[in-house]
Amino acid sequence: MIRFEPRSNPGPLLVYGVPVLAATIAILLAAIPLALAGAPIIEAYGLMISGAFGSVFSTSEMLTRATPLILTGLAAAIAFRAKLWNIGAEGQLYMGAMASVAVGSGVIDGPSWVMIPVVIIAGMIAGALMLIGPTLLKTRLGVDEVVTTLLLNFIVLLFVQMMLEGALKDPMSMGWPQSEPIIDSAAFPALLERMRVHIGLLIALVSAIALAIFVKRTVWGFEIRAVGENAAAARFSGISVTKTMILVAALSGGLAGLAGVSEVAGTRGYLATDLSPGYGYAGIVVAMLARLSPIGVIASALFVASVFVGADSMSRAIGVSSYLADLIVAMALLCVLIGGFLTRFRVHFDRKSAQG
Amino acid sequence: MEIIDILLAASFWEAAIRIATPLIFGVLGALICERAGVLNLGIEGVFTAGAMAGWMAVWLGAGLWGGVLVAALAGGFFGLIHAILTVPLGLSQHVSGIGVTLLATSLSYFTYRTALPDVSSPPRIEPFRPLDIPFLSDLPFIGQALFSQTAMTMLALVLVFVTGWVLYRTPLGLAIRAVGDNPSSVEAQGLSVYGLRIGAVVVGSSLMALGGAFLTMSAFDAFFFGMINGRGWVCIALTVFASWRPGKALIGALLFGAFDAFQVRLQTEVGAFLPSQVFLMMPYILSIIALIVVARKADYPKALLVPWFKGQR
Repeated sequence: MIRFEPRSNPGPLLVYGVPVLAATIAILLAAIPLALAGAPIIEAYGLMISGAFGSVFSTSEMLTRATPLILTGLAAAIAFRAKLWNIGAEGQLYMGAMASVAVGSGVIDGPSWVMIPVVIIAGMIAGALMLIGPTLLKTRLGVDEVVTTLLLNFIVLLFVQMMLEGALKDPMSMGWPQSEPIIDSAAFPALLERMRVHIGLLIALVSAIALAIFVKRTVWGFEIRAVGENAAAARFSGISVTKTMILVAALSGGLAGLAGVSEVAGTRGYLATDLSPGYGYAGIVVAMLARLSPIGVIASALFVASVFVGADSMSRAIGVSSYLADLIVAMALLCVLIGGFLTRFRVHFDRKSAQG
Repeated sequence: MEIIDILLAASFWEAAIRIATPLIFGVLGALICERAGVLNLGIEGVFTAGAMAGWMAVWLGAGLWGGVLVAALAGGFFGLIHAILTVPLGLSQHVSGIGVTLLATSLSYFTYRTALPDVSSPPRIEPFRPLDIPFLSDLPFIGQALFSQTAMTMLALVLVFVTGWVLYRTPLGLAIRAVGDNPSSVEAQGLSVYGLRIGAVVVGSSLMALGGAFLTMSAFDAFFFGMINGRGWVCIALTVFASWRPGKALIGALLFGAFDAFQVRLQTEVGAFLPSQVFLMMPYILSIIALIVVARKADYPKALLVPWFKGQR
């Protein structure tokens, strides 16, 4: 018989070590599909590492990838803390991107210090509204937010497609369904010359720190944690669960929307339906690897981004499918789930069946 | 009026039942898992795995029913992962399900790309043929709409009755329903809560995978990236709509199929006035509306999402 005994006080080594271990195990497990695909394993891992860290260019690419992942990771982390299961960050990201394009591609103009905040605020509001709807349906009518936020991803993507063939279509795009480019004064400046990494990274880092302070040091942050741990007890102690949920929804949706703004104004320059290769879903993995800690999100986003960028360049070099990256990320999520269990419980193997 | 003409055409109902078939498999699978108390958001990935595995087995030389079996085994495998994480370990069913979807989808795509590195158009297989049942298939209207479907559609319809019979007429079904409502009472009976839940999730996931296999082995004859396209999530919504009952699941899936077939035909009539995306959004919007309509009276299995540990009262 296997018996699980709760650990009263998991040590810091366990708490911080387990996610690192989980990520390592996921990378090592990837050797199995690599070997089955006939790739030279040692060389493949070498190429993966140099693909993410081998040069200023590759590290810049990795940081560019990490930027939206930090933001969608924060979006998932804050929502999951309150047990608001927001699976719709992908749709919120696209809504944010669309709103920033709507105001940022020439309708209004001004200096950068006006235009950059304008596109950011527009995108965050759009993302927030996308999640407040399903949250109200949850708190008022008891409609499961998992399904509604998921289904909204598909609706939003079709809506974006429709707008890119209609109102937001760039007449100069020669028939491609893409938006007009973001004007220069609204575009995020690059951090390094001739590299893609842009100030979106700084915005993401600041957001993570701000969110960490918000959760730890403010009354609202305390209420969010209280609702997440036990909604009934929180309600009993006088916290308005509905209000807290809506605050969480605004924050989470706003951060996911900001990820979309950052991709449009920083990386891409315009909106197209392939703006995100699933940053919204990857954000869930980032948040879980970080055990929902905003500062931890930075580290886990860097890990996930280096897996994506590293595996991409490795797959180009030795001809292994780049879906390997998604596979590693998925395995990392499952490993960290098991790891989270092992931090909370001690496992005993008994000869005899042991009851309660 | 054209709308009446659409609804009266046997070809319309034939399409409706065809579109409903993968959803029937998916909803049956989802409701078996949820009846036992486990939400399975791995469904979208399990659909993909079933579609890929079934198709690839046939492409590699297995018979069509061999492909169906392989698909079911693939679904059962991913169901087992989800079950182990969520039942004895009691981890978040939401997060584990998303993880299984990511794992199953990326593993399917990786396998496909590894087996076929450089093909631009996927190789075709010889899929299930429409049945030609003597007498029944010759019936006017019904013959074309119902009895000219493939064997997999017939299997889906039979499984609705089998699932209903097992859930409501056998001791096993009683135990599965009890384990989703009040697991402690099941333990008091001397039955294994873990065993029942794990078994239900594995069997339910196998059924889900058949929904995917139907797409590559019956509706189409090849595997495409992104071909599941949210069908799994729609099944999760339909499960709530069906109040976790197989009969209502059949009705829900058929209504959904009818609506989908209808919008395709309506599109050709009024397509000039509305962008095609509006029609493509309809299934998802309809799912959300269905959820809102039934949410108030939705009678969730009481222990759904609630982990249970041995010896717990």
